[in-house]
Amino acid sequence: MSLDKDTVRNIAFLARIKIPDEELDHLAQELSGIIGWVEQLNEVDTESVEPITSVADMSLYRRKDVVTDGGYQARVLANAPDPEAGCYTVPKVVE
Amino acid sequence: MANLTELTLAQAAQGLAAGDFTSAELTDAHIAAVEGARDLNAFVTETPDIARERAAASDTRRSKGEVAGPMDGIPIAVKDLFCTDGVLTSAGSHILDGFKPPYESTVSQNLRDAGAVMLGKANLDEFAMGSANITSYHGNVINPWKAADGKDRVPGGSSGGSAVAVAARLCLGATGTDTGGSIRQPGSFCGIVGLKPTYGRCSRWGIVAYASSLDQAGPMTRTVQDAAIMLEAMAGHDAKDSTSAPIGVPNFAAALSGDIRGLKIGVPREYRVDGMAADIEALWQNGIEMLKDAGAEPVDVSLPHTKYALATYYIIAPAEASSNLARYDGVRYGLRVDGDSLDEMYENTRGAGFGTEVRRRILIGTYVLSAGYYDAYYLKAQKVRALIAEDFRKAFQTVDAILAPATPSAAFPIGENSDDPVAMYLNDVFTVPLNLAGLPGISVPSGFSGEGLPLGLQIIGKPFDEETVLRIGDVLESSAGFDAKPSYLKGDA
Repeated sequence: MSLDKDTVRNIAFLARIKIPDEELDHLAQELSGIIGWVEQLNEVDTESVEPITSVADMSLYRRKDVVTDGGYQARVLANAPDPEAGCYTVPKVVE
Repeated sequence: MANLTELTLAQAAQGLAAGDFTSAELTDAHIAAVEGARDLNAFVTETPDIARERAAASDTRRSKGEVAGPMDGIPIAVKDLFCTDGVLTSAGSHILDGFKPPYESTVSQNLRDAGAVMLGKANLDEFAMGSANITSYHGNVINPWKAADGKDRVPGGSSGGSAVAVAARLCLGATGTDTGGSIRQPGSFCGIVGLKPTYGRCSRWGIVAYASSLDQAGPMTRTVQDAAIMLEAMAGHDAKDSTSAPIGVPNFAAALSGDIRGLKIGVPREYRVDGMAADIEALWQNGIEMLKDAGAEPVDVSLPHTKYALATYYIIAPAEASSNLARYDGVRYGLRVDGDSLDEMYENTRGAGFGTEVRRRILIGTYVLSAGYYDAYYLKAQKVRALIAEDFRKAFQTVDAILAPATPSAAFPIGENSDDPVAMYLNDVFTVPLNLAGLPGISVPSGFSGEGLPLGLQIIGKPFDEETVLRIGDVLESSAGFDAKPSYLKGDA
């Protein structure tokens, strides 16, 4: 499968990464090369194989659903680029 | 007094215990070494003030007879992927500009609790994505080893700064992380020991995430014994990481008995890849002979899906990365590049903040997870991953450990392999399968390339059997007798 310029533009939008138009052709070529290379997996018969998400042979443990942490607004906001009135800020979303 | 930067971690611990020198003296010697080797670019941030403070605290503990253990007072480097309280944590990326975590990662906290002294934050490939340490926003790291051509060589990656700091005698040990070979490959390239523990052995909490089902922290040191000591301080169950294994931490150093008689050592035939370099082949054969001479029994084993491990990795790791790195959005920390809308702010921030390799992997990950392609790529890779893990399970029914090369070549000059991403990915051919299977592996300096550069052999173990891995590694280390020093230290770099 080779990726064209429009496909790359679309996945870049899905990933929210701005990519200058003049880089799209080169990127499409590079990504197509990688995707073409990983397609060698099609040779492998996986008909009766269950997919795994992790090799950790354990089940998740449970704990009581209680607050165990928190109460330090200033520390949480300390690294925010542009905090205001104890909140994170973003460009206006609702008109 | 002996040259304090030439000691191994274990020797330094003995010297501290015997009162031959203080942690303050040991630390000052290493701070001076760090400052004198800035041309290697091994550190993103140096923390001499923190180091002196912790060294003084260690000396005070020692004077009161309250030593925390063999790591107490030992100067180390911390890969700049571990969040450190109040100290810049960059992950080698522009997008984390100015980020000072208000918390400490579990592994670096464990080391602090053990009394270790942090000298600084080690350079790395951006978000740990790379095999040559040429993708860091903070610049390339230079390998202290040179061949006759005199060219600057890569240290490997992604834990390149950690490997260089250890090899160039800037610290006694360093933390690394290994997602596809990022501890073992730079260890091999720089002539040091790199240990990737079993997935779940060390907590991932507070480590900047790359691919969460593969990431694992481990020690990088100059000897196998040092790796055993340092791993013991790093490891342990942590309720803050749901994949952290709820098992005890053995005394790893006690496993180094020097006796490997009767152990069955698997030699996987599929690792004998086409076009394998003659020096790698010779190194491997030599390793087999050394273990045989020590009384172990080499056994031919088959890992039939080995050739698909890289392609599997380069679907799964980018997929997990694309999800993990979604958090860098310019809102809560790091870089923000303004835009007229929220989407535009995200796009501008992420467009400016990520380097080309990170961008490439996020895009691949986004693509393989997107509607219509998920089954063909991601699900398929998860199935092949199951087959790769099964290969190892079967092999370990007949052998105690596996011996393989760590890398397909020695360190290459900066600039090589950088035009074609896939050519760069091939560096991880011998290391990636372990991450997919979650197994422990150690890279031990065992010989030299034709050009006189260090090469490592890798010992792969059963899940949570780091002890056997370390025991064999220790024997291999003694047999190989690798005691050469980087050309940088000889002053002819």
